[in-house]
This record gives sequence, C-alpha cells and structure tokens, in this order.
Amino acid sequence: MTDTILETRGLTAGYVPDLPILCDVAIRAARGRITVVIGPNGAGKSTLIKAIAGLVPVSAGTVTLEGREITGLRPDRMAAQGIAYVPQTDNIFRTLTIRQNLELALRRAGPGASARLAALLDRFPALAPKLGDKAGTLSGGQRQFLAVAMALAADPRLILMDEPSAGLSPRATREVLEMAQALAAQGVTILLVEQNVKAALGIADHCYILAEGRNQVDGPARALLDDPVVGEIYLGGRRAETA
Amino acid sequence: MQNLVDGILTGSYISLAAIGLTLVMHILRFANFSHAELLSVGAYAALVFDKAFAAVFPIAATKLAPLSLTLALLAAIVVSMAFTGATAILIDRLVFRRVREKGNELSMVFASFGMALVMRNLIALGFGLHSQLYSRDIAFAVILSRDPLILVKPDQVFVLGAALVLMAALHLVLTRTTFGFALRAVAENPALAQVNGVDLGRMIAATWVIAGMLAAAAGVFYGLSYQLIPIMGRDLVLPVFAATIVGGIGSVYGAVLGGFIVGIASNLALLVLPSGYSPAVPFLLILAVLILRPNGLFGEARA
Amino acid sequence: MIGLISYLVFFATVASILAIAVLGLNLQWGNTGLFNGGVVAFFGAGAYGTLILGSPALEGQLGGFELAYPLALTGGMVAAALLAWAVGALTLRLRHDYLAIATFGVAVAFESLMRNAEWLAGGAKGIRGFERPLRAALGDGFLYNLAFLGFVLCLLVAVYLFLERLVGSPFGRLLRAIREDEDAARSLGKRPARVRLVAFVTGSAIMGLAGGLYASFYAFVSPQDILPVLTFQIWAMLIVGGAGNNRGAIMGTLLIWGAWTGSGWALSRFAPIEAQLYTGSIQFVMIGAVIVGMLLWRPQGLFPERLVVSQSGRSN
Repeated sequence: MTDTILETRGLTAGYVPDLPILCDVAIRAARGRITVVIGPNGAGKSTLIKAIAGLVPVSAGTVTLEGREITGLRPDRMAAQGIAYVPQTDNIFRTLTIRQNLELALRRAGPGASARLAALLDRFPALAPKLGDKAGTLSGGQRQFLAVAMALAADPRLILMDEPSAGLSPRATREVLEMAQALAAQGVTILLVEQNVKAALGIADHCYILAEGRNQVDGPARALLDDPVVGEIYLGGRRAETA
Repeated sequence: MQNLVDGILTGSYISLAAIGLTLVMHILRFANFSHAELLSVGAYAALVFDKAFAAVFPIAATKLAPLSLTLALLAAIVVSMAFTGATAILIDRLVFRRVREKGNELSMVFASFGMALVMRNLIALGFGLHSQLYSRDIAFAVILSRDPLILVKPDQVFVLGAALVLMAALHLVLTRTTFGFALRAVAENPALAQVNGVDLGRMIAATWVIAGMLAAAAGVFYGLSYQLIPIMGRDLVLPVFAATIVGGIGSVYGAVLGGFIVGIASNLALLVLPSGYSPAVPFLLILAVLILRPNGLFGEARA
Repeated sequence: MIGLISYLVFFATVASILAIAVLGLNLQWGNTGLFNGGVVAFFGAGAYGTLILGSPALEGQLGGFELAYPLALTGGMVAAALLAWAVGALTLRLRHDYLAIATFGVAVAFESLMRNAEWLAGGAKGIRGFERPLRAALGDGFLYNLAFLGFVLCLLVAVYLFLERLVGSPFGRLLRAIREDEDAARSLGKRPARVRLVAFVTGSAIMGLAGGLYASFYAFVSPQDILPVLTFQIWAMLIVGGAGNNRGAIMGTLLIWGAWTGSGWALSRFAPIEAQLYTGSIQFVMIGAVIVGMLLWRPQGLFPERLVVSQSGRSN
C-alpha cells in the first residue's frame, strides 16, 4: 500500500472568512504518485492548492504532511518542510535574471548551491544559454520551465502545481507534464490541478473532481477517463450529496 | 554652471535618502513622512559619536586635510549608520507594524506624520533649536574653474564620492548576492518570494536597516554641506518624496536618478526664481511627473 | 468674570471654525477614504481668497474688490474648491499615498507662494485692512464677538446638517460603496474617480469656508497662519474624535483645541524661563504622540462611527 504524503480533511478555506470557496474538502496525495484535481470553472481548484500552500486562509479542517499538521503554515515555512509550489501566473521574478531566479530559489537548499545549479541546468538545458537574460523576456513555456526549476531547487518531497498547462502550446504542455511524470518516477509526490482534463488524466495516477468547492468523485485516473460522470459534473448535471 | 555643480552635490544626499524611502514605500506600501527625520537622527547621532570618539581618542580628532573630516567623524558616521538602522527597525516594531496590523495602509501614513513630529521635536528638545556644525573650522572652497566660476568645498567632494561609493555598494549587493535577489524578489512579488523560502519579516527588517543606514549617511552629508538643525528633516521631506516619485516608486536606480534630478532642478531654479520659492520646486517636479508619467521614470505598478 | 466669559467666547469661536474644517476633512477621509496631507492649503486658500476679495485696496497688492462679505466668503470657498479640483484631478486615480504626498506638496508650495508673492498676497506682511462685517453696526467689543460666535455656530450647524444629509443620501451610499468595493461599484456603471473628486472638492470647499471665517475673525491673514502644524492639528482632531462620525469630529475638535490652548497656557505660566523657547516643541511632541497613541490604542476614535454593515459582513 503506497503511503500518503499529503492529506486534507474537512478543509474549508476562502479569502474572506464568511465566504468560503472550499467546503469540507478531503484529498490525499500518495508518495511518488501524480494526483490530479480537476473540475469546472469556479470549482475552487486553485484555491485548494493555495490553501495547502499557505496562501489562502483556512477557516476549518486540516492539512497534514506525513502525519504532521501543517495547516496555515507560512509559505516560507512550507518551503522549509519540503513543499514546493508552482503558481499558475506570476510564478517567476521578471526583473531578475534566470540565474538570479535560480540562485534565489537555491538559497533555501543550503550549501552546495553551485552543484545543484549545474544539476538543474542539466535537467532544463533550454535555460542554460539564457542565464543572463531577465526572466521577463522568456516565452510562456520557458517561464513555466523556470518556475518548475525553481520549485525543484530544494529537492522537494511534494510539488503543488496550479494549472501547469495554462497558456502553453500543446507541445509545451506535453513537455511540462512529461517532466512531472519523470519527477514522480524519481519518488517526488505531485499534486496538480488542471483545466486540461484529457492531458491531466493522461499522466495521473489518482484523480479528484471538485465542483462548487466540494468533493464530487474520485478514483484511479484510468477509470475516470472513460467514465461519463466526469462530463456530467462538468456540465453541472451531477453533484455529490453533501454530508 | 555653479548651480549645476551645486545641484549634483545636493542630489547626492537626496538620492541616498530616496533609495531607502522608495524601498520602504514599495515593500510596505506606505508613504513614510517620518523618513526624512531618520536623516536628522543619523546626523545628530554622528555628532554625539564624533564628540565621544574625539574625547576618548584625541588622536582621532586630527583632520584629514584638506577635508574638515576627522577619523573620529568617519568612525562616527559608520556607527551612526548602524544606530539609525536599528532605530528604524525599532520604530517599525513599536509603531508602524502595530498600526499595520490594526488598520489599513493609510493609517501608517498618519502614524508617520505623528512620528515625524515627535522625532523632530525630541531632537530639538535634546539638542537645542540652534544650528550646529561638525567642525568649527572654516572650510575654504577650491576653485575648480575660473570661467565660468565654479567653487567647491573639499567636504562636498567627499560627500559626492562617499555617496557614490555607498550606491555602488548597494548595487553590488542587489545584483551579486542572494540576499539582494531576495530583497528585489520581495519588492516584485512578496507572496512568490515567500513560496521560494524568503522570510518576509526578515526582509522587511533588512529594508528598514538599509533605509536607516543610507538616511544616516545622507543626514551627515547634509550636515557637512550645510549645518545641523532640528528642522532639517522637515525641509527634506518633499525633495526626497519628489525624488522617489520622479524615479518611480520601487526602483532603486530611479531613486538615484530622481535624487539628482531634484537636486539639479532645485538649484537651477534659483537662476529664474527668487530663492524663497525653492521649497516649491520639488512640488512642481511631482506635478510634472503626475501629469506626464505617473509611474515615474522606472516605476511599475506592483504585482 | 467678564474676562473669563470673553475668553470662552473667543475659544468657542476658534474651536467652531476649526470644527468646520474638521468636518470637511471627515468627508474626505471618513466617508471617502482620501488622505489630505495639505489641509492647511485649502484652509489658506479660503482665508486668503476671502480677504483678497473683501479688503480695500492695498498698495502693490492684488485687491481692492471690496466685495460684500457673503460674496467674499463664497469666493474663498471657490478658491479652495478650484485648488482641490486641480490637485484631485491629477492624483485621485493613482495610489492612495500619492494624494497624501501631492497635497502635502501643495501646502508647501502654497505657503511658499504666499510668503514670497508680495503682489498677490502681501508676502510676509499679509493682508490687512479687512473690515469685519457689520462692524459699523455692532462695534468692536464683546457684543460683536458674541454675534460672530453666533454666526459661526449657525454655519457649523448648517455644515453639519448638510453633511449628515449627504451621508444618508444616494451620494453617501455611493461613497460607501466605492470605499468598500470599488470594482463592484464600477461594474454598476459608477465612476469612482469622479465621485471621489466631488467628495474631495466639497470637503476642501468646506475647509475654505473655515479659512475664510478664520481670516475674517482676525481681520488679518499672513503666512504664519498657514503653517503645516495646522494640518496636524486638524488631523489629530479627527483621529481623536473618530473618523466617519461628524459628531465625533466636533467633539475631537473641542478636546484637541482645549488641550492645545490649555497646554500652551500651562507651559507659558509654569515652565521656567529658559524653557519658554521650547513650549512649541513640547506641544508638537504632545500632538504627535496623541496621533500615534490614538492610532495604536483606539484607531476608530473616541466616538466611533456607528457600524454600517455591508454585504460582506465586514464592519468599518
């Protein structure tokens, strides 16, 4: 039985305390697996990731990492716990060069930064020739790669990704998702939310569907790929009964 | 031409003060009306330390000709910078942070008005209302050129040089050290900086320290160029704000450029306007920027 | 006894005039959330405007219009309003603290102008020779002061009622909506920048009224009357009283003005000779400490706004 790295229970969160976007959400991410969260617009997928990352206030429920509670921890403390987060937009520092972005991200990795930088550049060779360029000059796909590279800087145990395919060409989407698969194969746990259902289910091990801030169904990705319930939830026809 | 040279010299310390202010305004999102008082704190602290060092180590009181500077004063400047940096953090902890937590950003602006009054007048009560100088010696101006006539005091050359050195040092920190990257990251996108492991509280403290240190240096340089007087802060509030607005809030390089522009403009204005109007020149610059280019030369709206 | 009553009348008159200015500031800050860092400039525009329009001719200076008092007073208000319109149009759509800096700058520039432009306002000499209204009928003594106090109080009540009505009116609701959720208001077709400008200009005109009354009371105005300290005093009055609350604003005025004049009197009476030079500094430290202290201890003021609960459940 694969063990659970991250778990949320009864998670209720939102920017304004009286208006929660998430209600009573429970998900689990297993070690070395890719867990995907999908759902229609406004389902609260982004908010879920941000709540786990400590960027949105949690009003009820818990988030635990390997059994230890980390609910509402400050984002920089989250980083220290080995959690990396790749936001959907504004995920790199445009006024810093690529090298400076990476060196900043490597700051929390401790000694051996130059060796790690070399390792990152091996993994993302497209970034190497542009080290001196400001990150704001990169294309959308290149920025995404830089953001992922920054997330990898401190050898995270868990990577949270918010719609990694957003704004990317089909080819770039494929590359980013393949990268996620490669990371999972190395034992990194991935939790990502996606708008692109097909691509997401293609690489996922387990999948949760969220709608209107609540869990709807979940199951092995393969099974959901063929299940009409996905379409029904997206079209608003089916909603899980709230407890 | 003399006015231009004077303007550059004035610009050097306005730039230093503006760097700190632009960082605080951008990262903490509030117009700190008490920033200019940090210059007074720095200047008067240096006065105290200078007298103390000269008393304990008489040898340090010898002048480094042709400047009126002494080793004691040099050491005093360094200590004053540290002292003012610490003062800035203390004021943030005691006042601004608490107001921040209780209210909105504009409450901090009020609080800074109040703090400016308190700081300025405590200095007046402590040091007296009269003006003071670091050195009683009369500094003779050096003639740089006869036609057009340009006179410059050696101390002013030191001030310009030291200011440029400090700015260069800051530039190196911002472009070569991960601490500098972290500071710029917080200025660009604080949430993302945290996600990348940056401790926001520490960076805010670091911002205050830098602001305080540069303000102290600026205050001493002002004192060397003119005199020390408790109201010096009050007269510098508008020029320093003008420099940050001209340069664009959040841009260190903009603050430097803005400071020199304000200094030069204020001095060139003396060629056309009676000197009584000088306090209004920074305001006219602000007006011009707001009409033509509200974000300043290098500023951008915050993420 | 007469002396005490006479002093109280004097105190009440100045306090009421300042209260009018504080009410104007309340409209700008309490109701609209605008930070006016140069209150004294609009106050001064009203003061100088009223006297320039109402005084007999002075050598080498603009003047000699000798308008009837109500016209002169209104003219002062218009001057303040025009100044506010110019500043506001440029800065209100930018970040909040730009307005604070710009208005502060306006105050500095205004003082600088009044101090140096002798042809405009007499420079350091100021404007003199103003004939207080109805002086011929009522003389120069206690009776006049009492009548003037009555006049000022009437205006204070009028401004108060006007602002109370405004807050309850659709415009007032609009101000609140914009203050709380600008995007929602904009989506409904309201133009926040324009609404704020109207509020800013109105508040400044009220400050101009106070300035005009102040200048007419003393029958004289000079740059010494438009120093930055007045901005701090008026802010302190509003912060102590309670922003957003007109009654609180008036109470705050009484408290701060009482403390200011009281402390001034106590210091001049009891402080040693050597310290007399520093009474101003001590008072400034006190007022600065009051501002900071109130913000730390009771930012909503002593008489806070009655809660107006809006949709999101957030209270003010």
